[in-house]
Amino acid sequence: MADEQNAEGSAPPPASGGVSEPPKQKDAPKPAAAKPPAHAAPKPPPPMAATAWEGELPNQLKERFGDQLTACSSYLGQNFAVVQPEAVIPVLEFLKLEADFDYLVDITAVDYPNRAERFDLVYILYSFRRNERVRIKTMITDAAQPRSAVPVHTGANWLEREVFDMFGIQFAGHPDMRRILLPEEWQGFPLRKEMSIIQQDNRWVRENLGIESGQ
Amino acid sequence: MPETTFLDSTELVLNMGPQHPSTHGVLRVILKLDGEKVIGTECVIGYLHRGVEKIGENRTYQQFAPYVDRMDYVAAVSNGLGYCLAVEKLLNIEAPPRAQVTRVILTELNRIASHLLWLGTHALDIGAITPVFYCFREREEVLKIFENYCGARLTTHAFRVGGLQYELYDGFEQQVKAFCDMFLPKVDEYEELLTNNRIWVARLKGVGILTGDECKEFGVTGPVLRAAGVKWDLRKAQPYSGYEQYDFDVPTGENGDTYDRYIVRMQEMRQSVRIIRQAVDRIPAGPIGKTPKVIKPATGEVYVSIEAPKGELGYFVVSDNSTQPYRMRVRPPSFVNLQALDRMVRGGLVADVVAIIGTLDIVLGEVDR
Repeated sequence: MADEQNAEGSAPPPASGGVSEPPKQKDAPKPAAAKPPAHAAPKPPPPMAATAWEGELPNQLKERFGDQLTACSSYLGQNFAVVQPEAVIPVLEFLKLEADFDYLVDITAVDYPNRAERFDLVYILYSFRRNERVRIKTMITDAAQPRSAVPVHTGANWLEREVFDMFGIQFAGHPDMRRILLPEEWQGFPLRKEMSIIQQDNRWVRENLGIESGQ
Repeated sequence: MPETTFLDSTELVLNMGPQHPSTHGVLRVILKLDGEKVIGTECVIGYLHRGVEKIGENRTYQQFAPYVDRMDYVAAVSNGLGYCLAVEKLLNIEAPPRAQVTRVILTELNRIASHLLWLGTHALDIGAITPVFYCFREREEVLKIFENYCGARLTTHAFRVGGLQYELYDGFEQQVKAFCDMFLPKVDEYEELLTNNRIWVARLKGVGILTGDECKEFGVTGPVLRAAGVKWDLRKAQPYSGYEQYDFDVPTGENGDTYDRYIVRMQEMRQSVRIIRQAVDRIPAGPIGKTPKVIKPATGEVYVSIEAPKGELGYFVVSDNSTQPYRMRVRPPSFVNLQALDRMVRGGLVADVVAIIGTLDIVLGEVDR
């Protein structure tokens, strides 16, 4: 990973140099040579092309939660709502009790280290009666302690423990906030973006085998 | 010092596993016992944790495909199907009809293989030794079909994003049909051995009850949910790969006990044969699909799930418009189902713990990932 980033970092100067000399584009091989650096340039990817999620349920949510509901969107036919962190549990409760979303499929997180609100917390819900799926997303900071969903969905217990194990997000009010897959003494949270596989491997080999990893 | 006698009962903590034949891998359960009664459990998992989700972020979409086979390794084809469908959804493409029908056949064959392994080991745990040999005998035939198709028996990597790995081999249809004809009488044979067997019934009836509401509370899916009377199967509820074209039933139980789960899985094998027979007769001609050389989905996220033999297997994939997934989350049915173990064994006998672990049909490779 580190090598790739260095390559990216060193790539832009020749690319911009090429752009400042437009007449040279007539040479056939030049554009092809200029292409890879342009491709590797750290350009932010285009945002998700989500469309508005229309229907009864988003209207109910908007009515009920107002400003706490940031967006109701749909991407490739899959609906999701983005809410403020403090509204997550009320929304889950509302969906469970009043909209029959009684099955919590999954809880997971996505790490965006360059963002002020570092983590996306994603709750995937399903309703047996409506045969419908919906995702509730929220953005939280590194230090935030979101409320646990265990009082609403018992099944959230292990799912939240796994999120804690992998990302280090502490859930407030969770009955048993411990690591679940990794050993108790594990250092760090492996699914955070700064934890590279090589770095974790090197450290493990050094500490446990007393040699340098050949990776 | 208080006087104690040997009659005074004290809490006994018993460690079961990770090296225990009936934990189906490396599950460790710490049991709190009052005599023979279980009053609490704690599952210790993670012995097989390989960081599949982290690996996913560091591989291209094509490179990651073989890794998913190593999660639920007794149902690798299902894992591959779910993964391919998730990436295809992200790319907004669909596999051609020939590929879809072939996928259904192989996935259902894999469901049979997975259920056979469950039946054999579950019966073995309970003390019936014969079924395991019968089950492995028939499972072998399924694995031979996989081997003929793609060279691998267990971790098949049979599908590719956008279609199939290989064209079907000559004689595929005949071999699959022959398997179906051979297999149904064998299911009768297993049932003759077990269904009305007095010991079998005594060990399973009323053991490890999990009601439909409890299943929903824990997010438990698959045969465990259906045995509790909830008629829910993703193949029917949200059909994928053309499952809506096949005629099949969703077997359900009533009591949600271990016996009902046994009956449901036996019925599911019969239904799988039904689906396979319909599918084999209608494999359309045409292309088997071409894998895009570079898979670079637009920025976005999708959650796609399928009905794996163990329950709802989901993939939540986040793309940042690069050739590698930004986040690859696997929603494993075994992991979520295992969480209900505590509820199922509490108040029961220690001997039933073995039956209940068996009936949950977990694969530790998938629990730990």
